[in-house]
Amino acid sequence: MPWHIAETAAGGVAAVALSIAALATHGSDRIADAVTAPPTVVIEATRLAFPEPGEFLLDGRPMPAPVRSADVPTFAIMTHQVGLADYGRCVAAGRCTAADAAAPRSARAVPVTGVSHFDAVAYAAWLGEVTGARWRLPSALEAAVMAGERFSAETFSDAADDPKNPAVAWIRRYRDEGAARRPVDPDPKPFGTYGINALGVADFGGNVWEWTSTCYVRVGLDTDRVTERSRTENCRVHVLEGRHRAIMSDFVRDGRSGGCAVGTPPDNLGFRLVREPGRPLLARLTHRAAALFGR
Amino acid sequence: MFTRRQALIGVVAASLLAALPPMTAAMAGEIDLSALPRERIALVAPPFVHAHEQVATTGPRVIEYTMTIEEKTVVIDDEGTTLQGMTFNGSIPGPMMVVHQGDYVELTLVNPETNSLPHNIDFHAATGGLGGGALTLINPGEQTTLRFKATRSGTFVYHCAPEGAMIPWHVVSGMSGTIMVLPRDGLKDENGKPLRYEKVFYVGENDFYIPRDEAGNFISYESPGDSYADTLPVMRGLIPTHVVFNGAKGALTGDNAMTSRVGETVLIVHSQANRDTRPHLIGGHGDYVWEEGKFDNPPMKDLETWFIRGGSAGAALYTFLQPGIYAYVNHNLIEAVELGATAHFVVEGEWDDDLMKQVAAPGPIPVN
Repeated sequence: MPWHIAETAAGGVAAVALSIAALATHGSDRIADAVTAPPTVVIEATRLAFPEPGEFLLDGRPMPAPVRSADVPTFAIMTHQVGLADYGRCVAAGRCTAADAAAPRSARAVPVTGVSHFDAVAYAAWLGEVTGARWRLPSALEAAVMAGERFSAETFSDAADDPKNPAVAWIRRYRDEGAARRPVDPDPKPFGTYGINALGVADFGGNVWEWTSTCYVRVGLDTDRVTERSRTENCRVHVLEGRHRAIMSDFVRDGRSGGCAVGTPPDNLGFRLVREPGRPLLARLTHRAAALFGR
Repeated sequence: MFTRRQALIGVVAASLLAALPPMTAAMAGEIDLSALPRERIALVAPPFVHAHEQVATTGPRVIEYTMTIEEKTVVIDDEGTTLQGMTFNGSIPGPMMVVHQGDYVELTLVNPETNSLPHNIDFHAATGGLGGGALTLINPGEQTTLRFKATRSGTFVYHCAPEGAMIPWHVVSGMSGTIMVLPRDGLKDENGKPLRYEKVFYVGENDFYIPRDEAGNFISYESPGDSYADTLPVMRGLIPTHVVFNGAKGALTGDNAMTSRVGETVLIVHSQANRDTRPHLIGGHGDYVWEEGKFDNPPMKDLETWFIRGGSAGAALYTFLQPGIYAYVNHNLIEAVELGATAHFVVEGEWDDDLMKQVAAPGPIPVN
């Protein structure tokens, strides 16, 4: 997977690169060497009608998540999922635990798989240090935005389900998930296999599900089905987005063994990261610039 | 050149010769079955079972079956791991036969030229001749017909049992199935009251032992012979790499999940030709269970989990009372979840609040 910022194609990223160049008016070559980063796509600020991940209940009956209109500020996210080779650098640096990925059958670069939420967070921290940028997992909301036309979320259908018979929803969900499942082929595929969506994000919805920073919530709703009566958040469990939504404990690396007794689990667990334009980058550049001038 | 295949066949050819004399039927006193009605029944692939009467409406009959042995590469999990499979009639497990006590089973076993190994069949339901194994050993390009009388009722395993080390290898390569011998007057409870089922499913459980390479990846082989030397030490370790229902992890889930409805009575026949197992229906029970599978013994009632001894088949009768998705597992949950021994039932119908109700939905713990 190409790393150097010069190879990034997306316009928004070029703008970030320019601003870095502008900051580094002196010794820009050295700065550019230090600030290497995977290519990202800039997702423009948008407003999204979003059903929040989690379990929503009204008097004990499962309800569709209330669809709330959410403002999503612009953000830059990796074009590709984090690669097996990329992740390997973090492992080599002693900052990440080797992934449980099987040796890829393709000679071409493939996404890292067999990684837990903990692994993703550790990689983000390490990548931040080596690139001078701040990297983090996207929230489920950001993942929904970058997924674009491929976003599927959950398929809870209020009309089709019978509040008096919880099994109706269980069976429908089971069948939906089965139908969504393509022919079984969990072998990680080379980057680009699943194509690029309308926003320029590659491979979303393929056979690698992506960790998000969004915790699992269980929400009790009022009779208006919108107002919250109660909310319990469990941040030892996080949401993954992909062909369908999945919920996994943070330590799980293999989605197929992390599922419950029933239901269709994800083929593989991987991730991609959001690059924060925030202070650490500026601070680091300022520090470097100061160092250059002998402060 | 002396190949492994020739070596395997050579060993068996010797035993085949040894077994030849009893194969000439004239040696035994001829039984005249010409007065008995005959029926030829086509076998169907599990988990389904060919149509049959639960209560016999005729006297004893001769039931004719044909099974063709097929050696083939089969995918046994969702990672694409392959097994050099050996199958009765192309399926793992082999198809289930259903006859009645007192019937004669007349099986024609075919070993096509395209196969590489000799095979035979040992019926646990049969008496003498190593369960038929001594009379049915056939090389590729041969076929044989065996007749045995189904004298005892119950569910019984059949499996390939060619010779020595070949026996466990053929069995853990997929060569096992079940025959159900019903009492002529059908199944009964402990008081002799009739028990009937509306559906029957045959769940065959297999333990597989797939060798790994140095990197820990499962190895794919070209032929059964190529896989043998590597497979044997894995088998001797006695820890399967896969424990699956119907030949592959997930084979009885999703679109292939078994189906039922509330109020329907289902008979689940569970076999394991090699290794102990313990079926459990999550959220359900065994209303009547013949754990050892033998219908002359009264069924046990209300079981949570039942034990199937390696080398046997058992039967559990259950009437579904609640709709939903049921997982049917080997309740060694490591084997169920990690190694593959999980099947699903999709059961439709009306929910019964009396049996179960969520009184308080999960929510925050109240603080006073």
